[in-house]
Amino acid sequence: MAEYHNILTQVQVRGPAEMGLDERGIVAKERGVEPRFSSLLGYIGNAQLGPIHLGMFGTIAFFLGTAWFFLTGVGMLQSVDWSWQALWRDLWWISLDPPGEEYGLGFPPIWEGGLYLIASTCLLIAVLSWWIRSYLRANELGMGKHVCWAFAAAIWLFLVIGLFRPVAMGTWSEMVPYGIFPHLDWTNYLSLNHGNLFYNPFHALSIVFLYGSALLFAMHGATILATSRMGGDRELEQIYDRGTASERAALFWRWTMGFNASMEGIHRWAWWFAILCPITGGIGILLTGTVVDDWFSWAVLHGFAVEGGLYNGPS
Amino acid sequence: MALLSFEKKYRVPGGTLIGRDLFDFWVGPFYVGFFGVSTIFFAALGSIMIFWGAAQQGVWNPWLISIEPPPLEYGLKMAPMNDGGLWQVITLCAIGAFGSWMLRQVEITRKLGMDYHIPFAFSFAIFAYVSLVVIRPVLMGAWAHGFPYGIFSHLDWVSYTGYQYGNFHYNPIHMLAIACFFTTTMLLALHGSLILSAANPEKGEDAKTPDHEDTYFRDFIGYSIGTLGIHRIGLFVALSAGWWSGICIIISGPSWLMPDGESWIEWWDWWPNFFTFASIGG
Repeated sequence: MAEYHNILTQVQVRGPAEMGLDERGIVAKERGVEPRFSSLLGYIGNAQLGPIHLGMFGTIAFFLGTAWFFLTGVGMLQSVDWSWQALWRDLWWISLDPPGEEYGLGFPPIWEGGLYLIASTCLLIAVLSWWIRSYLRANELGMGKHVCWAFAAAIWLFLVIGLFRPVAMGTWSEMVPYGIFPHLDWTNYLSLNHGNLFYNPFHALSIVFLYGSALLFAMHGATILATSRMGGDRELEQIYDRGTASERAALFWRWTMGFNASMEGIHRWAWWFAILCPITGGIGILLTGTVVDDWFSWAVLHGFAVEGGLYNGPS
Repeated sequence: MALLSFEKKYRVPGGTLIGRDLFDFWVGPFYVGFFGVSTIFFAALGSIMIFWGAAQQGVWNPWLISIEPPPLEYGLKMAPMNDGGLWQVITLCAIGAFGSWMLRQVEITRKLGMDYHIPFAFSFAIFAYVSLVVIRPVLMGAWAHGFPYGIFSHLDWVSYTGYQYGNFHYNPIHMLAIACFFTTTMLLALHGSLILSAANPEKGEDAKTPDHEDTYFRDFIGYSIGTLGIHRIGLFVALSAGWWSGICIIISGPSWLMPDGESWIEWWDWWPNFFTFASIGG
């Protein structure tokens, strides 16, 4: 029986905090927050929390993100007549709502969607600033920009839902309410109003990549942990100079399913599966209500659905 | 044939669970073993059954082929072949094939001197499937509650079943499962990106190290979980997604939990009621 499951770190070694590389000698002084250690985090990964880089775009993103959060709270409070008790009682149900359809792409009065548009603008700038930050931090270290492009894929979906599709539909009322159940209801009604989103092929692809990503991370995470006795978790070292951990990890999948990735290649699979989830999802949403009004009728027209549906409950 | 440059020294006998060295060989890149044979048996039989069902129904459009579970009247009994029995045999074949695949992974794990994380992880996928076609139907008293085997018919089943409970988005465990799916996808994007960005730096730069990875993530979000930790958390969240998916459907249907026709929307009434009870409601 193997004894080295490596589920938790059993012995935590603690030295001085790592303050981060500074190969050009300009970034160390921009780092803030005294590093602390958490033994609880140390069971799973690194115990060290901080430092963090406090750049201009991080600061902008933090303040505007916080502004979006509080404006959403203000809108929620207004919707329950400024009652703090009602805010907590109704928290799951209330939201800061987008303008009504009658305002089109215009700017409505503050309590009829105006606040929502202001909050949305804060969120948009916050997210874009955070993207710039992801780029600048990678650039500082001379690294590739893969994180930035992956994040951009998520931003594509965000922009489709909150900007491109509402503009294409000619009304801000198509935007998503900022609330817990209300945003789920929005999702539900988008599907119901457009003839069941399951028949949108891009929605299907997006789900395939979502489930595929969970599958890939389960496969990859398990493979690395299962070879960690041989140093499988030292992925960069294994990429530059292949060792027995990589060889066994590769052979495991080759013998199991006739195909294997390399230590570097598996991360390309991972990257593409993960980013294709929001990319295909965004395409599917952008087409919904703009190009295709009823996905079910569209599916019937193209021969992959039948009138009345294929399943209507247990017979 | 199909041997990787370093593969020969790993192809050694041993590690099988049953059959000793009877099936201890490779075909091309595939390891066989007893469970390779049983996988092929179940997978082939199940596939043939699906095609046979398609032929019986005369439906050859791959999007529309659908093998239906038995009608309610058969309860948990065996049904005639052309009235849901086919679905039952295919379900048995699927469970046989998935189980064999997992045990084959165990044999390959042993052969390569690895630990058992992969078959353990795969068992969660099997659980998610079994929860839909065995556990929930048995708890509800009829195989009819399983989902039909077809590309779009199973999506219709998801729609139908979801709206049976008002709005499935309000199922708290469904929320948890979706949160795990989204999180594991985000973590996968970040992990894949970080490795690729270190191994493929900007032009003229040296290849990067785990120190660069830690520095990037500490600069970016104030925390770097580390090379080992990311695989633990990724595996954990991915398995949680499968686990809670199974749980969220098992709790929707059994009469003592959430009978057909009851709504997850109304399940949340305890929240405002709690506030009223505690006299802090507005």
